[in-house]
Amino acid sequence: MWEQIRANRLRSIILVVLMGALLVLIGWFIGMVFASNGIAGLVIALIIWGIMTLVAYFQGDNILLSIAGAKKITPSDHQQLYDVVEEMKIASGLEKMPDIYVIDDPSLNAFATGRDPNHAAVSITSGLLQKLNRDELQGVIGHEISHIKHRDVLLMSMCSVLLGTIVILSFYASRMMMFGAIFGGGGGGRRGNSRNNGGGGGGAIIIVVFALLLAILAPLFAQLIYFAISRKREYLADASSALYTRYPEGLASALEKLEQSTTPVKNATQATAPMYIVNPFRNKLNVNNLTSTHPPLQERIRILRSMAGGAAYANYDQAYRQVKDTQSGIISDKTAAAAGAVGLRAPMTGGPVEPLADDKVSRTREVNDMMYRINDYTVINCECGAKLKVPPSMQGTMIKCPRCGRAHQA
Amino acid sequence: MLIGIIIAVIVILILLFLWGSYNGLVNARNLVKNAWAQIDVQLKRRYDLIPNLVETVKGYKNFERETLEAVTKARTAAQTASASTDMAARSAAEGELTGALSRLMVVVEKYPDLKANQNFLALQEELTSTENKISFSRQAYNDQVLQYNNKTQQFPSTIVAGMFNFKKEQEFLQATQADVERQAPKVSF
Repeated sequence: MWEQIRANRLRSIILVVLMGALLVLIGWFIGMVFASNGIAGLVIALIIWGIMTLVAYFQGDNILLSIAGAKKITPSDHQQLYDVVEEMKIASGLEKMPDIYVIDDPSLNAFATGRDPNHAAVSITSGLLQKLNRDELQGVIGHEISHIKHRDVLLMSMCSVLLGTIVILSFYASRMMMFGAIFGGGGGGRRGNSRNNGGGGGGAIIIVVFALLLAILAPLFAQLIYFAISRKREYLADASSALYTRYPEGLASALEKLEQSTTPVKNATQATAPMYIVNPFRNKLNVNNLTSTHPPLQERIRILRSMAGGAAYANYDQAYRQVKDTQSGIISDKTAAAAGAVGLRAPMTGGPVEPLADDKVSRTREVNDMMYRINDYTVINCECGAKLKVPPSMQGTMIKCPRCGRAHQA
Repeated sequence: MLIGIIIAVIVILILLFLWGSYNGLVNARNLVKNAWAQIDVQLKRRYDLIPNLVETVKGYKNFERETLEAVTKARTAAQTASASTDMAARSAAEGELTGALSRLMVVVEKYPDLKANQNFLALQEELTSTENKISFSRQAYNDQVLQYNNKTQQFPSTIVAGMFNFKKEQEFLQATQADVERQAPKVSF
């Protein structure tokens, strides 16, 4: 596992450096076009990037959690969920227990945030708790914990900041160049100082053309790199989840339920999509190709289900090669060999973790409570167990509980 | 002059490598110790849960006394064994306790009102979770041991390990019968 983390870290650094090179190139070209000074453009690009990175690093998870509408929970709120997360924390060797958030949303999805394993958080939708059983929930949480352990979150947020900066710079640069072309007739030669190489007119036009090309293509390349990183990380997270739980069928069956559910996630955006366990936009376009942040669900399920003989990375790699019909695996050979044989375990039985109330009385009660909430009733909890619903228009301050007679302040 | 500088650079690089390697080995060894302690934490948690469980179940009319007594006995045995350092004996005692608990759960299947009792359900969840955590912490321990063994045996850190007398191989925890048989018990009436 640790070789895997190291190998992936190296590969990720290479990819990030590539994106960084794109940023540097764009900055330099913009500087050349608008100020005949590549360095100035470069510096400005780096400053913009620097500011965005700092914000993302320190406040990134808070921003994402509030966009998603996630609420932190205590162990007693959702005992089973807390237990499952704790189990995965132990199995993965994380030092500190991550914070757990629940999103009140009937859709089925989950994501992990956190700049390093000691400042991490896992979020689940309430829909997921209602539909998955313990084994499946364990698989999903294992997948998210793996993202935390492999520092995928940091990687993806750095990449998305890089991508964002490149996109912003390209956007404004191309707009300004087009206006410049319409109104000013040409670029760099305007300042006309000795820093330009002698062929003022010709050289400047070539630079402008390059810059324009770059402005159009760089965001595309950056996006392709970004999506490739994202997909690779997803495979690794699936493999790690199988390794931690020793039960790949759990995650496979969870993914199947996710695939069948069509409810969209309320607050997902293009930027936050890669963090969710399944693509929140899977029912729209761009799902199964180069521009998708997640590998196709069917493929993930098939790989997990073909893991015969064990739960180690080697088994996942073999299943991956078998399903994709390819020679090149997804997990480096060194790690695959290192883990040795890892046996599978048996399933646990049981229904959904937090099923919606099924009997008529509870369902009626739930609907009534919702009506009271919508109409702004106040709820007073009496010690005898009764819940007093007070209409907003009620006068007077003292209310008697109808069951036991205790007096309450309104 | 140039040769002197080259030699100095080489020596510095070697020292840096030794430093990094040594620290890596120390870290790996401490992780193994920590993982072992984690198993203990989960085992103790189980001891503390059991009296509660026995109390809740006892109240139910005609609940088979022998099953309950077996659980209590196994728990005491395991707790005494935990103080000793004999690994094999400890393993056996813990395995006994796991067995007694799963037999208890089988018997519970026959008591529908017990199964619907909120207290009991919460306890059952805690028990299942603790069993899982014991399993996972053993798993995590084995993973740490693997990493430590690799570090002490693979070249070139094996040289450093030899220099500073790091034990070359830690033992893996073997899967117990209880781990292998962790399936839904077959209930037949």
